[in-house]
Amino acid sequence: MAGTTRTPTNLTQGAKADAGIGASTLRPDGTLKVTGEFAYSSDMWHEDMLWGFTLRSPHAHARILSVDTSDALAQAGVYAVLTHDDLPTEHKKYGLEFTDTPVLADGVVRHHGEPVALVAADHPETARRAAAKIKVEYEELPVVHDEASALAEDAPLLHPGRDDHHAHEVPHPNIVHRQPIIRGDANAAARRADVIVTGEYEVGMQDQAFLGPESGLAVPGEDGGVDLYVATQWLHSDLRQIAPVLGLPEEKVRMTLSGVGGAFGGREDLSMQIHACLLALRTGKPVKIVYNRFESFFGHVHRHPAKLWYEHGATRDGKLTHMKCRIVLDGGAYASASPAVVGNASSLSVGPYVIEDVEIEAVALYTNNPPCGAMRGFGAVQACFAYEAQMDKVAAELGMDPVEFRQLNAMTQGTIMPTGQVVDSPAPVAELLRRVKALPLPPENQWESAGQTADVRALPGGLSNTTHGEGVVRGVGYAVGIKNVGFSEGFDDYSTARVRLEVVAGEPVATVHTAMAEVGQGGVTVHAQIARTELGVQQVTIHPADTQVGSAGSTSASRQTYMTGGAVKNTCEAVRDKALQLGRRRFGTFHPAWATAELLLEGGKVVTDGGEVLADLADVLGDDVVDLELEFRHRPTEAFDIVTGQGFGHVQYSFAAHRAVVEVDTELGLVKVVELACAQDVGKALNPLSVVGQIQGGTTQGLGLAVMEEIIVDPKSKVRNPSFTDYLIPTILDTPTIPVDVLELADDHAPYGLRGIGEAPTLSSTPAVVSAIRAATGLALKRVPVRPEHITGV
Amino acid sequence: MRVTFTVNGREQEADDVWEGESLLYVLRERMGLPGSKNACEQGECGSCTVRLDDVPVCSCLVAAGQVQGREVVTVEGLADQARERGGRATDGTTLDQAKGWQAKPHGAQAAQPGQLAPIQQAFIDAGAVQCGFCTPGLLVAADELLERNSSPTDADIREALSGNLCRCTGYEKILDAVRLAAARQDEVV
Ligand code: FES
Ligand code: FES
Repeated sequence: MAGTTRTPTNLTQGAKADAGIGASTLRPDGTLKVTGEFAYSSDMWHEDMLWGFTLRSPHAHARILSVDTSDALAQAGVYAVLTHDDLPTEHKKYGLEFTDTPVLADGVVRHHGEPVALVAADHPETARRAAAKIKVEYEELPVVHDEASALAEDAPLLHPGRDDHHAHEVPHPNIVHRQPIIRGDANAAARRADVIVTGEYEVGMQDQAFLGPESGLAVPGEDGGVDLYVATQWLHSDLRQIAPVLGLPEEKVRMTLSGVGGAFGGREDLSMQIHACLLALRTGKPVKIVYNRFESFFGHVHRHPAKLWYEHGATRDGKLTHMKCRIVLDGGAYASASPAVVGNASSLSVGPYVIEDVEIEAVALYTNNPPCGAMRGFGAVQACFAYEAQMDKVAAELGMDPVEFRQLNAMTQGTIMPTGQVVDSPAPVAELLRRVKALPLPPENQWESAGQTADVRALPGGLSNTTHGEGVVRGVGYAVGIKNVGFSEGFDDYSTARVRLEVVAGEPVATVHTAMAEVGQGGVTVHAQIARTELGVQQVTIHPADTQVGSAGSTSASRQTYMTGGAVKNTCEAVRDKALQLGRRRFGTFHPAWATAELLLEGGKVVTDGGEVLADLADVLGDDVVDLELEFRHRPTEAFDIVTGQGFGHVQYSFAAHRAVVEVDTELGLVKVVELACAQDVGKALNPLSVVGQIQGGTTQGLGLAVMEEIIVDPKSKVRNPSFTDYLIPTILDTPTIPVDVLELADDHAPYGLRGIGEAPTLSSTPAVVSAIRAATGLALKRVPVRPEHITGV
Repeated sequence: MRVTFTVNGREQEADDVWEGESLLYVLRERMGLPGSKNACEQGECGSCTVRLDDVPVCSCLVAAGQVQGREVVTVEGLADQARERGGRATDGTTLDQAKGWQAKPHGAQAAQPGQLAPIQQAFIDAGAVQCGFCTPGLLVAADELLERNSSPTDADIREALSGNLCRCTGYEKILDAVRLAAARQDEVV
């Protein structure tokens, strides 16, 4: 193979992609991605590299009695075998919020698939076979698998002696975190209600199912440090967790983001990062680890499965009086992001509605089920499924149209959330519903429209040819949701951008360097657009993301365009000021406007706000280089009170509404989603093409949760379907057309007025689809995913 | 064992191949062609799709030894293959007639005219690439579809691409891209 390494490179956009914000410029990494040259983490390659493999627990809860690695070590081609005893420092655990996750099992395994030992060998198959020769003796322990078993009198404790920051306030040590929210007097308000509607709902465990597997390459450095190329959502968060385990100062763990094949929350926690570094440092050789799909299902956290109890009251004229709810999230064996998911689930449990009297409780449990953490929608998805089902139910009870009922109770700018936080930017909830309802409906019997005979591809069951239209009933359903944007509850959520402006070959060129994880969302596209807008240059180079620049925070919580986009804007403004200072020094005496006018950079020139050209930017810069690195923060938030849940907890809110049209083969229980329309407020669309792509992608993941996606965990807490054969995600045949209506109402607190967009469409998609299936079948359907047997009753 | 076969028109050879290695592994790890992707290695996702003697296959399911003496085209060879077919090089002219085409990209990509196959350019122009991990397999499959059916209906496109998973896009812009490439193809003829 040519060359000794394959690693990430600079991205530059050509002369034809020269537009600033608001234009649908194309991805700077697009060409590399369509030619196959883009270097994903699983494509990393180094001469003489070894392959790492992870031995995982076959049990959900067991004591490890002994581990014998001698046979594995004796295999030809094996360079190292590591267990918990080989960890180099006293830091043997890591974690996002709590440091509770063992790097390698510490005498006990707490979930199916927990890492127990590592092998490095000269071929992946050699490593796999050697791992199979490691003898581990287990003694199985009883599992904790639901709320009853977790909170039972004699329940085994997952983490006895907890010392995390929630340990002292939880009612039981198997509760990771509990967040109540009390506002008004729900019991008194209930007495005003003419109807009271209760419901119990359940959401299955969804997987992020990003396509690029967990993978990366660790290369030992001559200074005793290590260079790590990985796919992640937040380089600096990884670094903070990796370095202590290796016993290295952070500057000796040099991380570079390699190509990321999707994330959706599943890369917030570490997977193979520490493992690859340990093997590289032990063997002195570069080590690559690539999970296959089976292992990937064990290699990252999932969306919390949830049980939700809701009570709503309303007056005869359709006004909601009160809401009570209890949300129980299964966090699995380790905390991951569970505390923050609890905060979201509770604070967003009321939905985008005005209800002044509420009683809310959300908890996450420790169990022996697979660890759950971040996934697109983050606690708000589960709540949205339940409160939207409730909205349909209350409307039906009142004999009202479900959309009108929602509009009547919709929040607006100025509404007070259950947390006491005033929604202080546009909240066009009723308008989004109006827009999505106003879109034309697909024609009835759409499977016939192409010709006289039915096209089975357009019917439930598809090419299985199960119906030509007999027994097929259409249903239409609506839903709307609310998601927070950015990290909440007082977190110091900043981002950093470094921008360099200089003259190269006679042209002014900007280089943007951040640690932002581009996971497919198009952040790199938007950064180049922002630099063009703010600096008036055509040529922008995007430096690979690494830890040589300050933290960008996580690519999650719909925050990166707001935060790292905001950081790029902020640094560009400072760079512009410096460039103008240079201009004043060089040319100030030639024209009075240098001193008096508002100056801009446009089209490679310094111009006055009146449009008069003062100088070429290239002449202003000359041989000087302006190079700045600055941090950017959103307005501060505060923690929710642990008793009342009151607090200015969220940075920004984001809203989307969906209308689903489904056709159901009521005999077989097969569902065809015919159309899934979305209306969303995005504040300002920095790149409309990418915005629509995000909305369609998020919508499709919601569809998956509605009708197909679930990790099945049996009563012994074992995962039954860790493959794309048995865990189904929507194919192009399952996914309908997704018309999108984009609204742009500026949020004055945010850069350019933009609103984080990535997650909101994942919320309302699921309940809209299920509402449509209910409309077609008349069934109550309290659980997602909806399976054929839920429809046919057999 | 030693395996010799033609990849993108050039004879390639790999030594010390273990019998259990897949074509995908040999391409990615032994021949320096990581364009074909490894999203599942179970034959379920299509990210590893290549043409084997013209037929699209999941290269993760093909044993390397089976390919001895045969011809493979990967995503890295699509542009050359398009040129050989006499397909015009494309520099990303937008084409409003493409069915369902709504978004208007401001300008096309950096690639030099003629360096990309029309289907590759269409994927960029239509916004069909997000993380891009599904893209190589989809490109090979879509290119093969357009080769045998120059004006596919939406149902044809969905059927042809039903073995290729994408987790990011919701497929709408992938449909746009194939429609766009088909429409541009019509324009050339
Ligand atoms: S990697 Fe071959 S089908 Fe998924
Ligand atoms: S673009 Fe990410 S999987 Fe298709």
